[in-house]
This record gives sequence, structure tokens and C-alpha cells, in this order.
Amino acid sequence: MKKLSYPFSAEAVREFKVGDMVLITGKLFTGRDAVHKYIHDGNKPPVDLKNQIIYHCGPVTMKDKKTGKWTVTAAGPTTSIREEPYQWEVIRDYGIVGVIGKGGMGQKTLDACKQYGCVYFHAVGGAAQVLAEKIKSVDGLYLEEFGLPEAIWELSVEDFPVVVTMDAHGNSLHKEVEEHSREVLKSVL
Amino acid sequence: MTKKVAKKVAKKKAVKKLSKAKTSIVDSLLELIRITSTVIPDDIQKVLSTSTTQEEPNTTASYAMGIIKDNIELAKFKSQPLCQDTGTVIFFVYHPPGFFQTDFKDKIKKAVTEATKKGFLRQNSVNSLTGENAGTNLGEGHPSVHFYEHKKSNVEVKLMLKGGGCENVSAQYSLPDTTLGAGRDLEGVRKVVIDAVHKAQGKGCGPGALGVCIGGDRADSAYYAKKQLLRKLDDSNSLPELDKMEKEIVSTCNKLGIGPMGFGGKTTLISCKMTHANRVPASFFVSISYMCWAFRRQGIVLDTKTNNIKKWLY
Repeated sequence: MKKLSYPFSAEAVREFKVGDMVLITGKLFTGRDAVHKYIHDGNKPPVDLKNQIIYHCGPVTMKDKKTGKWTVTAAGPTTSIREEPYQWEVIRDYGIVGVIGKGGMGQKTLDACKQYGCVYFHAVGGAAQVLAEKIKSVDGLYLEEFGLPEAIWELSVEDFPVVVTMDAHGNSLHKEVEEHSREVLKSVL
Repeated sequence: MTKKVAKKVAKKKAVKKLSKAKTSIVDSLLELIRITSTVIPDDIQKVLSTSTTQEEPNTTASYAMGIIKDNIELAKFKSQPLCQDTGTVIFFVYHPPGFFQTDFKDKIKKAVTEATKKGFLRQNSVNSLTGENAGTNLGEGHPSVHFYEHKKSNVEVKLMLKGGGCENVSAQYSLPDTTLGAGRDLEGVRKVVIDAVHKAQGKGCGPGALGVCIGGDRADSAYYAKKQLLRKLDDSNSLPELDKMEKEIVSTCNKLGIGPMGFGGKTTLISCKMTHANRVPASFFVSISYMCWAFRRQGIVLDTKTNNIKKWLY
């Protein structure tokens, strides 16, 4: 088990290789479909994403009526491939060093990871409770107008469990598994 | 108290009692939603446990299955959603003749609104034209409610929460499919189903479960495929040829090496349930409904007198 702690950097994530199981401690920003399209359309993100990690996640959140404080009650990853048209630009233009999601991403993102120093971390899809437990505080909410699941949530996490499935050296576990399973598929069809 | 006032009070009480009885159905439906969202049914839990032991220790596959196991326990303990995508909310209501469907649908809507407020459901319903999320899970077509008349005197309600990730990898094929060499026969059906599992890779939050319909028009075919997910995992198909194919597809797909989350591994599929519907000579659709490991479906029998939950169906 490896560790990654805040502040993050391209140098630190370049150390990781496909298959590494990593516990992340520090800050995460959620961002999914609406946020990526918003940035792609030329809008500046409301937070500085330099050396930050984006988490493809639309959490279940509850607001305490008295204190007005938010808690996240379920927070697993959403399917990342929908951000494939946009992710490489966000890596290039805003300097993010990590993407957390599920299902993996494509060649454009893989190339950007290699060129700019970024890693794709796979969280276990559907494990919303285990992952929500790792969120220690909700530190900010941006672009709330997109709806709560689509907004940017600034979260502090501790020992957030992920697996590196696309590293900064051009390797992708998704590509490997797809190619291997394609060979098997040919033999059983 | 005069007679008139007494009558008025009695009437008021009666109304209160009546409305209390009505609330009770909403409460029972709310409990159905809570349990469906937070507790994995026994039949699914059993198969997942077996799969966990089959993965090699110290692999990413066994790591993923371990997190899945922890998540199932934690969701139940905390009574919070297993997965943050609480899915399309789909009700199947089986009722005796003379049942007031509109009224029951209103109660379902109330229960859904309440479940959303309580965080058992995420604010998950978006207007497809405007992109607006009303935050209530109510809207055009939401929740999805299907009514069936049955011969029993009781009311049974089944609920499925179908997440978006697995819905997105669900598929419909039209036979023949020349790229796969899939003809208009059962062998062709087998080929397209396995192809769908391959195409899904880890994107549907595998290990997955399939509901399949052979035939029907495009709409019915997709619906019947999804309805197969209401079957218990340990049941058998009454049609021997489909029973055989269900088992064969699971064992073949588990040779693909896609594994939990697509990390690679032995468990790609935990179940395949198949049905068929007649088709017109020109069409031959095969629909595949992919369900994630967080297989959320539950059902209740309502007590017709008290409106309480009489029995859990899974």
C-alpha cells in the first residue's frame, strides 16, 4: 500500500505505476459532467486547480438545518469516460495532477497524463459508504447552480483508497484488460 | 358537549384516523426505499461473498471485493445509500382488481420525496430539456411506476434502483450482427450477450448481473430484460434451453478476465437471467440490462388492513 499526501505534485504522482494501491490524504475537488463542459466552454474554474486532484463524483449531501454545515453521506466515483473529450484540456490548462473516477479513460487522457504529469486513480465504483467515511470535512461548495451532484465540492480526505490504473508513463490497466479480454472473446465467439 | 359538537369532533377524529392510515402506506413505501437503497438482498450478498473468496489474494481484484464487502456492511450499519447514484427509481406494483392506481402513485411520489429529503435517495432526477434538477426525484416519467393486476387479494410492491453507470453499458442488438458473426438463433444470442459484457469492461461497476430478453419490439424487449433482474439469483429458468444458456454465459464471461471494476480477475459476472418474447418476422432484438454489483432491488407485501409491511420478498 502506497501513500500520497497533500500538497500534491506532478513529481510525486510520476512515481506511481499501474496496479499501485494508494491511500490519498489531503484535498479533493469533485467535478463531473457539467463542470467539465463548463470549463471546456471557456469558463475559468472557480477554484485554482493547479496541483490538485479532481474526483469524478456526484455525492449525496445533507445540510444541517441549524448550523448550515454540509456533510457527505455517500460519495463513490462516477463513470469517467464521459469526461474523455474534456479531461486532457483540464490537465493541460489548469495543471491537475490526479483524476479519481471509475471505469478508466481513453488515449487522449493517457497522453495528457504522460505529457503533463498526471495519474488516473480508480476508486471502487459503488463503494459510496467506505469512501464517504474517508471524507473528514466539506470545505467548500462551488457552482451550486448545476445541482448538488454536479457542483464542485471541496473535500478533505484521509486514507482515501484508490488503485492506479493509468500512470504518467503511458501505461493503462484498462487498455491491457481490454486487449486481453478481446483475445478471449475471439476464442469464445 | 352538545350532540352537534360531539358529532363534529367524532368526524374530525375519523378524518384524522383515515389520514393516519393513508400515511402508513407512505411510511411502508418509505421503508421499502430505505432498505432497497441501503441493504443488499441476501441472494446477491451470498453470490458476492462466494466471488470474493475466488479472487487471488493481494490482487487489485481481491482488494476491490474487500472494499465492496466493507461497503455493504457499512451502508447497512449507517442506514445510508450503498451507492451515491441511487438510480432510476422503478416501482412494480402488483394489485387485486378494483385497485386505485392513481391514488397509490401519489403515495409513491410522497414516499420518494420524503426518501430524498432523508438522503436515502440522491437528488437524481434531471429535466432532459432544461437540465434542471428539482431536487425531489419527481418529474416527467419519474419515478417509473408499473402496475400489474394479479389474482391475489394483497398488494405487492417491488422496487429497483437502477444506477446510471450500469444502465449506460446496457445494450440492444439487432440480429443478424455481421461484425460478430451472430445469426438469428440462440447461438447468435449467446454471442451478442457475451459481446455486451466485453464492451462494458469495468464501466458498469462489475461484477455485474444481466437481465436478457430475446425478441419483442425495441421497447418491450428492453423492459422485459430489466424485469429479469427481479428474479432471485438462485432460481432456475423453467425453459431448459434458457437455463442452460444462463449458466453457460456466466461461466464464459468469467473467462474474459475483466474482473471486479475491470481490474482484471475471475469474477466478471455473477448472474444472467433470460426470457423471451415473440417478435415480428422482420425483427430480432436481443436486449441486455446490466446491473452493477450494488444490485438494489427489494419487495414487500402490504398488509391490507394495517398498511404495514407484512413480508419482505428478497
